[in-house]
Amino acid sequence: MYRIVSKRPLNPTVTQMEIEAPYVAKRAEPGQFVILRVDDRGERIPLTVAGFDRIRGTVRIIFQTVGATTEALSRLEAGDAIADFAGPLGKKTETEGKRRVCIVGGGVGCAIALPIAKRLAELGCEVHTVIGFRSRELVILEDEFRAASSRLAVMTDDGSHGERGVVTAPLKAWLEAGEQYDEVITIGPLVMMKFVVATTRPFGVKTTVSMNPIMIDGTGMCGGCRLTVGGKTKFACVDGPEFDGFKVDFDEAISRSTMYRDFERHRYEESCNLFRGAADKGV
Amino acid sequence: MPSPNLSKSKCPMPVQEPSIRRGNFDEVALGYDAETAMEEATRCLSCKNAACVKGCPVNVEIPAFIAKVKEGDFEGAYQIINRASSLPAVCGRVCPQEHQCEAGCVRGAKGEPVGIGRLERFVADWHNENIGTMPSLPTPNGHRVAIVGSGPAGLSCAGELARRGYGVTVFEALHVAGGVLVYGIPEFRLPKRIVHLEIEKLRALGVRFETNVIIGKTLTVDDLFEDGFEAVFIGSGAGLPRFMGIQGEGLKGVYSANEYLTRSNLMKAYQSDSQTPILRAKRVAVVGGGNVAMDAARTALRLGAERVYVIYRRSLEELPARREEVEHAIEEGVDFRLLHNPVEILGYQNQEDPRDPKNGFVTGIRCVQMELGQPDASGRRRPIEIPNSEITLEVEAVILSIGTSPNPLIKSTTEGLTVNARGGIVIDEASAMTSRKGVYAGGDAVTGAATVILAMGAGKHAAKSIDRAITEL
Repeated sequence: MYRIVSKRPLNPTVTQMEIEAPYVAKRAEPGQFVILRVDDRGERIPLTVAGFDRIRGTVRIIFQTVGATTEALSRLEAGDAIADFAGPLGKKTETEGKRRVCIVGGGVGCAIALPIAKRLAELGCEVHTVIGFRSRELVILEDEFRAASSRLAVMTDDGSHGERGVVTAPLKAWLEAGEQYDEVITIGPLVMMKFVVATTRPFGVKTTVSMNPIMIDGTGMCGGCRLTVGGKTKFACVDGPEFDGFKVDFDEAISRSTMYRDFERHRYEESCNLFRGAADKGV
Repeated sequence: MPSPNLSKSKCPMPVQEPSIRRGNFDEVALGYDAETAMEEATRCLSCKNAACVKGCPVNVEIPAFIAKVKEGDFEGAYQIINRASSLPAVCGRVCPQEHQCEAGCVRGAKGEPVGIGRLERFVADWHNENIGTMPSLPTPNGHRVAIVGSGPAGLSCAGELARRGYGVTVFEALHVAGGVLVYGIPEFRLPKRIVHLEIEKLRALGVRFETNVIIGKTLTVDDLFEDGFEAVFIGSGAGLPRFMGIQGEGLKGVYSANEYLTRSNLMKAYQSDSQTPILRAKRVAVVGGGNVAMDAARTALRLGAERVYVIYRRSLEELPARREEVEHAIEEGVDFRLLHNPVEILGYQNQEDPRDPKNGFVTGIRCVQMELGQPDASGRRRPIEIPNSEITLEVEAVILSIGTSPNPLIKSTTEGLTVNARGGIVIDEASAMTSRKGVYAGGDAVTGAATVILAMGAGKHAAKSIDRAITEL
């Protein structure tokens, strides 16, 4: 069992937790992920590492409640424990030797982008950041990004905070103004990353995307996380999760990500109803 | 001495009726009772020069244990098997006996060989039900060995070393121990309680299991040596599933057999309270002809498929799966499309409505028919495409079971570990040692996908070699 050391809601649907997992904490690097299971009947889900404390032996995860598993996880409190927490998996982000990088994060993807931005800043790289959210109450980690970035644009779909618009707007403006980046690193919803890639492609800026497909073992056994990259089958768990954005077949990845949509909706509703039932009975 | 039983056929194995069993995940073969086992045992001629023993990768003393069964001394029989095999209840169920022990049986020349596998299973089950004692903790010898992977290779290596007093820790990447025995082989062929019992026996021998530890990621081989382990055995198994590289493999409803079976077996997606989803398609095509393909096809039936095809590019004769599984699959109604090879997986795309929820799901598989030509390097006749022979099967799921390549995680983080062109870890056959001193390997991580018993044999062989290396220091 892996103990939850702390829990903090970052917005109404996004929760941050620190999990006691000394092995993972010792080795984790920005860009890598873990596989966790909430309880004995639970499914294995991948979550990208949002931070780690090697001394305290804890790993920070940030997740959005989107289905039955994240719902169950969000109900646990500090002091509770989860059944399984394995990692770190996947390759780390290449952060060495970069002078200027633009980070583009969307929604809960910002949680994963933050350790990368911090590491780059620590290594003396100049970091420009664009983060985007649907609206004001969903904004997370703004101060942390501000601390790590020399330039920051915060975007919301409805303009309730920062600028109104999509993340590609400032990115495009900066590139058009002549900003030279060694690399653009983008993490967020697949559709957003697809548009980031479409924005950077004409400028020929190396663009790295962090993929988070459906996964089971996470160790290169099941093949469920496969993607088509440059016409070849790649496995996000061992070949990624980061890939050259220009080569990723996003349409296929977007399609595959919806494979279990009906099942998940059903399970989620079921678990919400269960909870509601229990709440009604005053449990 | 009673005269031998001259029946040309094995005593029949009681099984669940095909029409019933295709609707449940309970074990298909129910096992002999004591009387049937004793009768089958009398078919053994107790050959002096026993070909069966040579055919067994771990050289179980087969005539000796069968002699005990004849006498009704089932525990005596168990003790004889257990000297050579640490997982008899597993092997009796999943070994390809027809290619191993039973292949050399004299009785097989005129009729069926002795049902060695069935007897082994009976003896192991009888022991587990009637004796069921846990082994006692051996005297520790003060040496520590780390084992990577808790599949058949790792478990047999662990058992062999623990019995000699070694302090053994098994590191497992998944959340439960057992490797392919729990994620790959379905409940209806190998009930998980049997695997869990074998693991409990190893715990009683002092073996420690550390789950959720991925060697090569969580810890490295170097960490293990630093932690004081004197030798490391890598039994990490087969890894990445192969895909065919044909159009449509990215469609929704296309699985590797590993993924499909892992969802069902490890994550229990077949049970209604599991949180792990699996597509319950009405029509399913499984591509490949090995045991894994049979397991996937029969799992699909049990998950409610009305029609399941097995698409294999050679003929029934070359089909590599265990004979009994093929027979069971046919009885259960699996539709074998032999001498067929897939060329494209077809999917649904509503041109008018890009948001149609059916978009991107599998609708069929296009195959070309094959004929057999001259034998190739593997000695099997090479399949050749017949021009203009394409057919389309309408299916909603395609499960690819065309092999795996060894797991890349360990080799990428272990310096000095040589691998071959196919990614298998290179070992010295005699010592099972890799190119790195003190690091041994065996099973699918070395050979590529093979069988449970070969992996067990490799684990046992490596254990003896590790023991020699450490005690001779």
